[in-house]
Amino acid sequence: MRESENIFTFLRKELRPRGNIFTPFNIISGITILAGAILIAIRFIFGLSYVTNLNQEFPWGLWVAFDVMAGVAFSGGAYVLCFVVYILNEEKYHPIIRATILNGLLGYMFYAGALVFDLGRWWNAMNAFIGREFGVNSVLFLVAWHFFLYTICLLIEYSQVLCEWLGLKRVRLFVKSITLGTVIFGIWLSTLHQAGIGALVLMAKPNIHPLWFSEFVPVLFFVSSLFAGLSMVIFEGSISKRVFWGRLPIEHEHVRSHDEILLSLGKACAVIMFGYFFIRLFDFIHGHHWVYLGTIYGMIYVIENVGFVIVPMILFSVGARERKLLYVKVASLLTMIGIIINRFNYVFVAYKWYIPFSMKYIPTWMEVVVTLSIVFLEIWAFRFCVNRMPVLTPMPAWAKKQDEKKSEEAVIPLWRKEAIL
Amino acid sequence: MERRDFLKLCLSSAGGLFLSGFARSSRAFSGEASEKEFMGILVDTTKCIGCRSCEVACSSSHGLPSPNIEQEVWNVNDTTTERLTVINRFSTAQGNIFVKKQCMHCNIPACVAACLVKAMKKREEGHVTWEENCMGCRYCMFSCPFGIPRFEYASPTPRLQKCDLCYERYLRGEPPACVETCPQEALIFGTRRELLLEAKKRIALYPKRYVPHVYGEKEVGGTGYMYLASVPFDQIGFRTDLESKPLPEYTRPFLYSEPLVLIFWCLFFLGLNRITKKEEKR
Ligand code: SF4
Ligand code: SF4
Repeated sequence: MRESENIFTFLRKELRPRGNIFTPFNIISGITILAGAILIAIRFIFGLSYVTNLNQEFPWGLWVAFDVMAGVAFSGGAYVLCFVVYILNEEKYHPIIRATILNGLLGYMFYAGALVFDLGRWWNAMNAFIGREFGVNSVLFLVAWHFFLYTICLLIEYSQVLCEWLGLKRVRLFVKSITLGTVIFGIWLSTLHQAGIGALVLMAKPNIHPLWFSEFVPVLFFVSSLFAGLSMVIFEGSISKRVFWGRLPIEHEHVRSHDEILLSLGKACAVIMFGYFFIRLFDFIHGHHWVYLGTIYGMIYVIENVGFVIVPMILFSVGARERKLLYVKVASLLTMIGIIINRFNYVFVAYKWYIPFSMKYIPTWMEVVVTLSIVFLEIWAFRFCVNRMPVLTPMPAWAKKQDEKKSEEAVIPLWRKEAIL
Repeated sequence: MERRDFLKLCLSSAGGLFLSGFARSSRAFSGEASEKEFMGILVDTTKCIGCRSCEVACSSSHGLPSPNIEQEVWNVNDTTTERLTVINRFSTAQGNIFVKKQCMHCNIPACVAACLVKAMKKREEGHVTWEENCMGCRYCMFSCPFGIPRFEYASPTPRLQKCDLCYERYLRGEPPACVETCPQEALIFGTRRELLLEAKKRIALYPKRYVPHVYGEKEVGGTGYMYLASVPFDQIGFRTDLESKPLPEYTRPFLYSEPLVLIFWCLFFLGLNRITKKEEKR
């Protein structure tokens, strides 16, 4: 924002769409979002059963499995990269940190926000935060609070960009000063609620197929959020490259190191996935579960773990070693599909596995449309921000000056200050 | 904030969380929370004649539409949002056996541990009840090992329905509607201790009549509803794969780990600090 402008004219100018409105993507996503909005209205006016296939046996369906469970895992990239950049001070990944935080923030806002559609008695949703009684022994209580607090953390982490966009110089200095604390708090919250989403299924032990149930589910969910998040970063990075690079004045640094960053992220994924696979294998052998391998669930299990864990793991490591970006991109896509399959399995495929397949929950097309509209809305919001705010583009000169002036205090992490003094 | 202050803050808050964690968990996980004994119902399936008057009594006492028991064919029925209890018929080597199905009123219920707003409650007297402050997340349904809670999906203002062991009638000093109406005394209402004694006595007195197992004595840590039968329970529609460990125990390690992870992260950052210090000297 320029000094002379007032905030309203500025916002009015910024809210106007940029570029061609009637691109194929816009048309398809626009129609989907419209349809999704109508379906949501139907759901609120008449009830869940008019839109979803949820039933008494399968209380959770696509919305919980995809929006919440998978969506939150995909948003995990933000805390992983924050750890690497702000805690380990690995400057190499700095160019992508803003896009990743934005992606995480929107992920939490849209996917976890979509949970409200799924809540049968949504007008009571605030009871978990300001209710007369708290179910403190509930894992879901913990997860809900962590969602809430972590979204605020991400907002604070992202607000630097907002300040640069709006030209709020004093505020920017303030949020910058609390960024590190926020990052640490955010990592703690993330570790626990990523694991917590896994811990949700622990209590349903009798209902979950033994191949999937394990006391390690929280650990598995946490570890898988690491590589799911990074895969999302890789995926989003390669899409952003196509979409934004030609049109925006991207930071030089960003362009130069982009491929390098994606390759090393791929390498990290390969290592983490190996660990993940190892835990699952250990669990499989430990639980004497081979009797189930011959069944249809055994097949699903093998497909999930070979096709969507081992294969992308190999692709990641080969791609990183041979410097083949395509391998890494394909692997990230496979990994993300694998995460979705994995979460589906926990929520409704391997859930109540003793119920015959003919009576299992299958999402309606309406549930799919609503889910798609949320994804599209998130993309729209992402595009809106990237086009206008200094996410990929360089930050304004005044912000750079601020950073330089404050460099001793602002850039050097808290615990290093003492070392220098 | 100085580093030391930061660490102090971390450690003290971790300690606080840890202590509060202990306080809350020891109360919630210790089953019999108060001096009062849990009430329950003993179902003797060898006495049930399948008249289904309990179904009718249940519906009328809960203000639900009366089931049409004359015309309904016998197949494996399930409870619905309008039928909190159903009688099912199983043909076995011992002839037809009628089995009542409803919420089991677990001693340490998964559904109660699941609820994040305490809409689902284990009352001191043993009743597991639902209240209107529920937000409809359906985590209780997801967790229940017997698949009991029923959700009114077809309503814009859905409620959760399940047997509440006639909590309101209990407060008025009346027995549950189904127990009161049963012409065969197949259902008896009492404290769990009394019921277990009675069940064991019957098994001891009539070893030919009963299999030596009280369903609900140990399953998922014990349930308020308990059953006697003349055939193994898997033949009359019961899950026999349930362990005696209460399900909420499975999440306990995770809930404990919450403060531990905070401490772990603090130590981790401290370690990082050391490492960077060394680098600085070199
Ligand atoms: S049977 Fe299900 S609904 Fe009833 S108390 Fe046990 S866990 Fe809760
Ligand atoms: S659906 Fe209602 S009663 Fe069940 S866990 Fe959620 S808030 Fe609690």
